[in-house]
Amino acid sequence: MATLKELSKKEVLISSGHRACAGCGFPVIIKQALLAAENPVVVSCATGCMEVCTTIYPYTAWKVPFIHNAFENSASTLSGVEAAYKSLSRQGKIDKKIDFIAFGGDGGTYDIGFQALSGAMERGHNMLYICYDNQAYMNTGIQRSSATPRGANTTTSPAGTESYGKKQYRKDLSAIMVAHEIPYVAQASPSNWNDLVSKVKKALAVEGPAFMNIIQPCVLGWKYPSDQSMELARLAVDTCFWPLYEVEDGEYRLTYKPKEKKPVEDWLKRQDRFRHLFKPENAEIVKEIQEDVDERWAKLLAKCGEEA
Amino acid sequence: MSIRVGKTGNEAVAEAMRQINPDVVAAYPITPQTEIVQIFSSFVANGKVDTEFVTVESEHSAMSATVGASAAGARAMTATSANGLAFMWEVVYIAAAMRLPIVMPVVNRALSGPLNIHCDHSDTMGARDSGWIQIFSENAQEAYDNAIQALRIAENSNVLLPVMVTMDGFIISHAMEVMEILEDEKVREFIGEYVPENPLLDVDNPVTIGPIDLQDWNFEHKRQQAEAMRNAKPVILEVAKDYAKLTGREYGLFEEYRMEDAEVAVVVLGSTAGTAKAVVDELRADGVRAGLLKIRVFRPFPAEEIAEALKDVKAVAVMDRSDSFNAVGGPVFGDVRSALYDVENGPRIVDYIYGIGGRDVTPDHIRTVYADLAKIADTGQVENLLTYLGVRE
Repeated sequence: MATLKELSKKEVLISSGHRACAGCGFPVIIKQALLAAENPVVVSCATGCMEVCTTIYPYTAWKVPFIHNAFENSASTLSGVEAAYKSLSRQGKIDKKIDFIAFGGDGGTYDIGFQALSGAMERGHNMLYICYDNQAYMNTGIQRSSATPRGANTTTSPAGTESYGKKQYRKDLSAIMVAHEIPYVAQASPSNWNDLVSKVKKALAVEGPAFMNIIQPCVLGWKYPSDQSMELARLAVDTCFWPLYEVEDGEYRLTYKPKEKKPVEDWLKRQDRFRHLFKPENAEIVKEIQEDVDERWAKLLAKCGEEA
Repeated sequence: MSIRVGKTGNEAVAEAMRQINPDVVAAYPITPQTEIVQIFSSFVANGKVDTEFVTVESEHSAMSATVGASAAGARAMTATSANGLAFMWEVVYIAAAMRLPIVMPVVNRALSGPLNIHCDHSDTMGARDSGWIQIFSENAQEAYDNAIQALRIAENSNVLLPVMVTMDGFIISHAMEVMEILEDEKVREFIGEYVPENPLLDVDNPVTIGPIDLQDWNFEHKRQQAEAMRNAKPVILEVAKDYAKLTGREYGLFEEYRMEDAEVAVVVLGSTAGTAKAVVDELRADGVRAGLLKIRVFRPFPAEEIAEALKDVKAVAVMDRSDSFNAVGGPVFGDVRSALYDVENGPRIVDYIYGIGGRDVTPDHIRTVYADLAKIADTGQVENLLTYLGVRE
């Protein structure tokens, strides 16, 4: 586990001056992830908020080598970079140890980049894929993705007289990555920085592919005051909507258990995208969302060998 | 000393790839390109190359990984056909815009739909404005020679553009012919050591590749890309000269066959040129002043050179192995006709769309084209600007 003192001595590899919104969660995620790396890192990134906010030509906020190719191919692009590294190392043309991190938002990971991600994980590239999951297509203006939680009001799942927002529960991508039987899968949150940094360290240390799903509060999409991002990330964790766990070689381990599991309402109520759920006619939906969280949490505890 | 061998087009290209010994190949199988991937896999499995072979899950990822590898500083290649090229489409444009010297053999096949696995040029013609250099091959020998020259062209610092080297599906890819290959050392010497500019893997000098590029700079970058394509033309010719020293086989932007005093001429790409040359010989024996111009380099398009070569011809027929569905004619026709616009008293020009979906094109078909041209040359009148050749109407 890293100490704050140790981390404070390391260079921050994402510069200030990027154009992310005030309160945006992903710069924190980049900072924490890159602080965890022991070796030089090469980054690839899907089209999305992270890419457009950090790279507007002729500026860049990245102090590490960075490539953006397209929306759906962060994983396959980095596959090629990593393959080049393997080949050139084998030929004695590179003698440094380098780590590889692919970033993608939930749209670029759960949806359009899903095939490229699955392929890269199956092939076993030595890389870490980090999904910064802000639960919708935020860069194009808050459209629903398969990561959007049930009941969320988005611009393509708007709440209205005949609709309570998105009908479906979110896809459990972390579980799908576990099913790929890769060496390391984890869920993390920037609110729990030490947990996040430790997981990135582990993910980079394993031989082969690793996947991390990191929740990222979005001020505009979730609709809350911009000074509350880390609180909202923490509430997602403490309500067990976003449990923190890791799966190492198939073994589940809960890395954080809230002292008191808070009702999911505590998290939902703080975000205007769920405001309509608190009308009397939608009371049942909130109840169902709570039941879903409880059920998933119970299953996870069982997998982790934890008592309820 | 060259080595005489019997090889199919696919085998010849796979052999060129072995000799090039790329650092990374990321490829996905598709008929009729599949053999290239299979043969190359066996080279990897038997330690004949240093290549890291990435068996991607799709062509989109094939091009994406090839872009990643090339940006990383590797010599990177892939190969595809038809729908595979279409699936790569988005990243094909990005590869060119990133100025990555990727070489990609494309085995021409009809683009769906309807589904068809046989030769036409609809796949690469669709990518003609993607910013890639496109070099067409008449036979396996040319496919091999073009693949090796493509490396030098792509990596030239005044060019830095990706190159497609095409050959006709099945007709060339699967037909055995006697050809010459170079010794491995000769190829390695010819292509030289690759020194990438600003590679991603130079971690001490971090670069950002593929940033968002808005109104204030995007146009300048596209302008530079256009200039690189202009720069490619002399480089292609220089590389061809060097290659001729090595092999005795000299290539131009196009080949002129019996064009010296030609009154009628056909413009064609790919394997059909072979059939058409036989017809030209026949016609010449009968005293007809027939010639042929076979386009090798379609991008950059050698407009001035083609205009010069055709300026004294009376009637020209362009043979397009794809349709552009613009209700006027095929893509080659559009470019050739435009090239001739400024020629005073230039030739009459007509278009023949032929060989779609692998439809056989025979000497008889080509004889009818020359017969039509003779009539046009005589009368100066064009009856049919566009003819669909060998189709049931």
